[in-house]
Amino acid sequence: MDDLILHMRGISKEFPGVKALDAVDLRVRRGEIHALMGENGAGKSTLMKVLSGVYPRGSYTGDILVDGHVRAFSGIRDSERAGIAIIHQELALVPELSVAENIFLGNERTRGFGLIDWGRTAAAARDLLRRVGLEEDPTAPVAALSVGRRQLVEIAKALSKRVRLLILDEPTSALTETESDNLLALLLELKAQGITSILISHKLGEVTRVADTITVLRDGRTVETMDTAGGGVEEDRVIRAMVGRDLDHRYPPRTAEIGPVRFAVADWTVDHPTQAGRRVVDNAALEIRRGEIVGLAGLMGAGRTELAMSVFGRSYGRYVSGTVYKDGRPLRVRDVGDAIAGGIAYVPEDRKELGLILDDDIRRNLTLAALGRVSRATVIDPAREAVAAAEMSRSMRVKSSGVLQPTGELSGGNQQKVVLGKWMFAEPELLILDEPTRGIDVGAKYEIYLIVRRLAAEGASVLLISSELPELLGMCDRIYAMCAGRITGQLPGPEADQESLMKLMTQTGA
Amino acid sequence: MEAIRELLRGNARQYGMVIALAVIVVLFQILTGGLLLRPLNITNVIMQNSYVLILAIGMMLVIVTGNIDLSVGSVVAFTGAVAAVLLTDVGLPVYVVIPLALAMGGLIGAWQGFWIAYVHIPAFIVTLAGMLIFRGATLIVLGGRSVGPLPDSLRMWASGFVPDVTPDGPHLLTLALGAAGAAALVWIQWRVRARSLRHGLPAPAAGLTAAQSAATVVVVMLFAYALADYNGIPVVGLLLLVLIVGYSFLMKSTTIGRRVYAVGGSEKAARLSGVKTQRTTFWVFVNMGVLSALAGLVFTGRLNAATPGAGEMFELDAIAAAFIGGASASGGVGTVMGAIVGALVMGVMNNGMSIIGLGVDWQQAIKGLVLLAAVAFDIYNKRRLGFGRGGGVPAFLRSSRGRPDGPPAAQAEPPEPPERPEEPAAAPGRGR
Ligand SMILES: Nc1ncnc2c1ncn2[C@@H]1O[C@H](COP(=O)(O)OP(=O)(O)OP(=O)(O)O)[C@@H](O)[C@H]1O
Ligand SMILES: [Mg+2]
Repeated sequence: MDDLILHMRGISKEFPGVKALDAVDLRVRRGEIHALMGENGAGKSTLMKVLSGVYPRGSYTGDILVDGHVRAFSGIRDSERAGIAIIHQELALVPELSVAENIFLGNERTRGFGLIDWGRTAAAARDLLRRVGLEEDPTAPVAALSVGRRQLVEIAKALSKRVRLLILDEPTSALTETESDNLLALLLELKAQGITSILISHKLGEVTRVADTITVLRDGRTVETMDTAGGGVEEDRVIRAMVGRDLDHRYPPRTAEIGPVRFAVADWTVDHPTQAGRRVVDNAALEIRRGEIVGLAGLMGAGRTELAMSVFGRSYGRYVSGTVYKDGRPLRVRDVGDAIAGGIAYVPEDRKELGLILDDDIRRNLTLAALGRVSRATVIDPAREAVAAAEMSRSMRVKSSGVLQPTGELSGGNQQKVVLGKWMFAEPELLILDEPTRGIDVGAKYEIYLIVRRLAAEGASVLLISSELPELLGMCDRIYAMCAGRITGQLPGPEADQESLMKLMTQTGA
Repeated sequence: MEAIRELLRGNARQYGMVIALAVIVVLFQILTGGLLLRPLNITNVIMQNSYVLILAIGMMLVIVTGNIDLSVGSVVAFTGAVAAVLLTDVGLPVYVVIPLALAMGGLIGAWQGFWIAYVHIPAFIVTLAGMLIFRGATLIVLGGRSVGPLPDSLRMWASGFVPDVTPDGPHLLTLALGAAGAAALVWIQWRVRARSLRHGLPAPAAGLTAAQSAATVVVVMLFAYALADYNGIPVVGLLLLVLIVGYSFLMKSTTIGRRVYAVGGSEKAARLSGVKTQRTTFWVFVNMGVLSALAGLVFTGRLNAATPGAGEMFELDAIAAAFIGGASASGGVGTVMGAIVGALVMGVMNNGMSIIGLGVDWQQAIKGLVLLAAVAFDIYNKRRLGFGRGGGVPAFLRSSRGRPDGPPAAQAEPPEPPERPEEPAAAPGRGR
């Protein structure tokens, strides 16, 4: 008999119109790293929210056994008392407060009467930061930290509550490779200290590397639990369990015919929006042909998003110089309206903040960027809009209860499909994709690749920004590399490999 | 039964408010011993509340963009004062003064919209300043006295009635308009249903729509009959009808309305979808200014004088109407019809409580409780339905909205963290 720290038994949870969890079973052994995998919308986050009391007792059915005793949590505080801490897909730190204040938020070190004991706070914070391997001044505001470091602060916060079971919901999806590696190493270290972790991730590589057990959910049900102890699990087996079929190729084959140069950016220079004189894009130039998928590689901070957003109607930073050409003629892109009129579409990296209006339904989100297509003389034709939205939703294979469902209720992958669909609906000639598969499951990734390929085959040009080199290598006809705001070189797709790209991506100074 | 539940689920807020209004009407009908729904009193309720209804429409747009306007009461007073001075002291004709006053309202709106949309000063502060500025300006223009009486031409607009086609008997024109209105509403209900069915969207059962139509006809005709029995349709009533229909259409069916909602829903996402967010916010405030001036003209005309204290607390009535009518403090949500129903809830309560002789002190307190109850109900409802996103902090109090160069959050280095996790029911007291 295994020593189970957690046993979730027959958990079911319904939202209006959706059965998110259907009698799910999850057994977590003490001291292991347990990975939870599954397609977007499979119910992973929901299951963890049930466990941590975000969805309190009474809002689900089934039993939660912690250390063999049935527990029913009434809220996050309640589950924290039982030693369970969750770090959400969206981080929950207060940016204006300091690192130490965030760590002890709601759990302050006091001298009684609610007076904060700053000395003890700072000392305890320093200890915790050392434990997570973060060398940071505890009085620094969280706003000044990178995402990777914030993640560590979250973990320190969890440790301060004497956590025994740590839940991480897609902790690495926004991290660089090194940051991810550090985080995973930390998880292993915590494991050595006896802390059990549940890790949700779409990155197969990291899961097979650190997890002791993998549980796969599909459509709100437990499909399979695999033990990696006896010699590792093949990635293909996990994929099969997740998607329900074999995926022969991770990348669909190229079908597009590459034509003449369609879009060109020349002499593009942009300054930081608030720090005058700080170059974020320096004299960048690139060309994209008809039907071509061009990659843009770079480390965090290389200026890829800045380049893309400033080209997209100067929506980032302070424009200094540069011209966008379309078919050899200068194109006016002074604001987003111009850019859209010029056939450019930009799918942002941060879909919740920048891509979607979460309160609005799928239909309204899909048509927002091209309202002209469903209206006449500014009057929207509701029938045309409903039909167009339903069609787009179907062709993007968005999993929802209908086009009237608010996008805030969709799972991450389906939200991404809606953002993509919105720009497909605008019928772009140049589609800029910024980390389009971040936080997306393997099956949905493949579908997104198919959509991009289809668009290219229809003659559009695609600029693909990605931090995942295999994705760039698998999808692109040509890859530019950026470093510190400059374009440091380009490689034709067939000749590129991770090493040569990495060299260009880290080539500072010219 | 299932169908009704479905219908209610989708539109709980709207139906809830209409039902609340009906309950309040019935309650006061009983409490006042039948005085509330007497034809004379119905006409009175409309005329007494006309300016708040006008303001509520504009306020709804402002709140939908995630802003607020505290200055409307002062703007009402100021435009009314200027109009009165122009009419009496200067002696300009009314057909010159009305457009002038509206244009001035527009300019005031442009002034405030400029600071809010382009300089990014929170609307709360700009319009708080406006509240003081235009109250002061009113006192300056009036020199501390009241200006009146005013020419009949303006009073006719504010408190006159649409003349009937026949000299005596009940107003045939009113009844005819009522019948036409009822027919139009029924036609729209069925057309919407047919269209939903045709496109495979969820639609209520035929029986339910029939019941809805029957109720519509009964209510509209009773209402028309009540008006006809007294003096017919007030001119402001007609004006209101045009405004309600026009703004409902604008917000519901045009790309302009869609963009206003988008700006309130997520300014950054709207901007990256090609919506000119600053321009939208600017024009919403210009619109509010024009509607404030219109309300100012109506109010001054009705009072037959411009007074220094005119319009005090109107902003609060308009804001309360919008929130009772289902607007969300964080922006992006709210309908014109909701604001109207909200304003009527307040208006009927005012009127009913006055008839039964409740003092102003009690009236204030009770209205406050109703506002709180309405919004609490709203939040409870959403929570139950599994929504509950959005911060409790109203958008107009957040300082981070659209900085000048608006670097939307996703940059390479430290991207701004999401301000709040998204778990429903995680923290009490959240609405969207
Ligand atoms: N608040 C909600 N209201 C309605 N439906 C919801 C809500 N939250 C989640 N759902 C639905 O429940 C299902 C499971 O969602 P969940 O967020 O758990 O997926 P996930 O496995 O975490 O996906 P991802 O990998 O994309 O994060 C989805 O179909 C989603 O649309
Ligand atoms: Mg999730």
